[in-house]
Amino acid sequence: MKRDIILAGVGGQGILSIATVIGEAALNEGLYLKQAEVHGMSQRGGDVQSNLRLSDEPIASDLIAKGGADIIISLEPMEALRYVQYLKPDGWIVTNEVPLINIPNYPDIEQVLNHIRGYKNHVLLNCEALAKEAGAPAQAANMVLLGAAIPMLGIDHDKMIAGIQRVFARKGDVVVNSNLAAVEAGYNVSVK
Amino acid sequence: MKKVLLGDEAIAQAAVDAGLSGVYAYPGTPSTEITEYIQLLESKQPTGIFCKWATNEKTAMEAALGMSYMGKRALVCMKHVGMNVCADAFMNAAITGVNGGLVVLAADDPSMHSSQNEQDSRFYAKFAMIPCLEPSNQQEAYNLTRYAFDLSERLRTPVLLRVTTRMAHSRAVVETAEPRKQNEMSVPKDVQHFILLPAFAKRNYAELVAAQPDFVSESEKAGNNVYTKGSNPKKAIVTTGIGYNYLLESFMLKGENSSVLKITQYPLPTALINQMVADGVEEILVIEEGQPVVEELLRGMVPSSVNVRGRLTGDLPRMGELTPDSVRVALGFDPLPTHEPDAIVVGRPPALCQGCGHRDMYTALNEVAREYPNSRIFGDIGCYTLGALSPFHAIHACVEMGASVTMAKGAADAGQHPAIAVIGDSTFTHSGMTGLLDCVNSNANVVILISDNLTTGMTGGQDSAGTGRLEQICEGLGVDKQHIRVVVPLPKNMEEIKAALREEIDYNGVSVVIARRECIQTLKRHLKQAKK
Repeated sequence: MKRDIILAGVGGQGILSIATVIGEAALNEGLYLKQAEVHGMSQRGGDVQSNLRLSDEPIASDLIAKGGADIIISLEPMEALRYVQYLKPDGWIVTNEVPLINIPNYPDIEQVLNHIRGYKNHVLLNCEALAKEAGAPAQAANMVLLGAAIPMLGIDHDKMIAGIQRVFARKGDVVVNSNLAAVEAGYNVSVK
Repeated sequence: MKKVLLGDEAIAQAAVDAGLSGVYAYPGTPSTEITEYIQLLESKQPTGIFCKWATNEKTAMEAALGMSYMGKRALVCMKHVGMNVCADAFMNAAITGVNGGLVVLAADDPSMHSSQNEQDSRFYAKFAMIPCLEPSNQQEAYNLTRYAFDLSERLRTPVLLRVTTRMAHSRAVVETAEPRKQNEMSVPKDVQHFILLPAFAKRNYAELVAAQPDFVSESEKAGNNVYTKGSNPKKAIVTTGIGYNYLLESFMLKGENSSVLKITQYPLPTALINQMVADGVEEILVIEEGQPVVEELLRGMVPSSVNVRGRLTGDLPRMGELTPDSVRVALGFDPLPTHEPDAIVVGRPPALCQGCGHRDMYTALNEVAREYPNSRIFGDIGCYTLGALSPFHAIHACVEMGASVTMAKGAADAGQHPAIAVIGDSTFTHSGMTGLLDCVNSNANVVILISDNLTTGMTGGQDSAGTGRLEQICEGLGVDKQHIRVVVPLPKNMEEIKAALREEIDYNGVSVVIARRECIQTLKRHLKQAKK
């Protein structure tokens, strides 16, 4: 088992929470893990990414080579496209469709979404709306996205759920349950 | 115990487990998380480790040397450019030597993710003639930190631990060792060693020079540097730090028959390099993160007939960090098949947060500056450096910590008016105060605008050394009280801020305008904590 994952988004969106949950589930499965993160100046509303690598064999490189990623998980549609050079030819793009427009020259969103639809393996979803429909706050959008990525991660759905329960346990049942509802909402979009 | 740790956190945990008594640091990407991790441990379970932020890297280095003088173990952490700030103390600590273990952690930032240059701290270790250690992964970072303290105490020398951004900010599982106790207090046996009068310093320096072969011998025998003879020893790869990981990654994909010398400890292990030569090496590829340090040194250590390749020969990029891709190509492998970059994607540079006080400060400053035919605004290091970008385009210079104040002074000395400095509160106490004293002593015609957000913002909101005392500090340095103005950068106060700036620009002398409003990020955090 080996999964190379690029997590993408805009500084402040919460991509590292997704990494934390996947990491927790992976370690519980006895997998090796390496996760390169971006800290510092770029977190101020700029593009951010994290390289998350999981494997049942020891992992050498902290970074994923171009053409090496199995999946891009992005909280922002244009940010998903920023890393397509890193994606394997048959890799997956799982991305939020809601743009975060904090620059004056953001491209036409319909064109951005059409570019994503041009990839054979993609899942596009409105993470904020699905979070709200599931009764979770809009901040749980990242958990909706995580849910949508579960089928491609190579870790069982139930084991991922258990990981979420462990990661958020100290925040209480309300937070755990709303995150679980958000994850299920995203998961249902992907498996449909 | 097994833990998932950032490289930075592995170093912090190892230092604590090695019996650390004090960590001294000024925040700087990518080194900040080391001190923060120790602060977190201490807040949960106090063990008496000193871990408050220092005012700058020089005060940090000196305090750590004082801790070491008293026989206890000290860690100093900084980003690469911090080495320049503490260089006086660092270079001379190599001459005094140490009593308790003293480890200096420098986190280099090749590719300048969050920095203004990509200087390589290994040069500092060579410059100071002390050992240097460079881990490739989180477990090595943990193990080498412990070893660094032992080496420092055994050889009575400071040890430089060098990491780069990817090592500092990458996470993996680390197996921790049995913690040991802190040292008891003890004074140095030879007091003269810490008195660098020329007569004593000459003796110390001779000892340091004489110790060099011992340092090389450690590099050869400690087991951190590993030479593996390949089935084709005519070719060799010499690699360090994170470069080793990219090499392994390529080897995993495809077998390789070259010899490999992994460098983890400096000075370079002469015996292992001689062995590589004796095995008949004809061509060496050097894969190292940062500047071509090993590549240059090797050229002087192997026969001139050996073809040494690397960043200097263009086999790897001369600038920027290594990537798995650049290493693949240098090793002669084809790139992996992939997708073309998508041209629809545009850049998304970092920006000041919405609601940030620096924004209102720049709005006011820009409007006032436009009223003068040729305003010059000297910026400094912090979030507010982003005022150089759209929409503000407010600053004309930004060089290093504190330079805004003294560059504005130099410009004023040259006849420039208005000469305005923009500096954050933490940067001001780091390195701006002495420059302000220069301004006062020559009554320079400058306006020093301190954008005070009550924190060290860009690195994530660490304590700022002068919080609550900036007016007193400026007054104490001799700025006329009437020309120390405080404003609150909010849109509703725009006319008041502009009036204050105008008046102080028109005053012929040293003015300080403090624009004070809490960082929006720390404010959010404080409000959240208050709710609980």
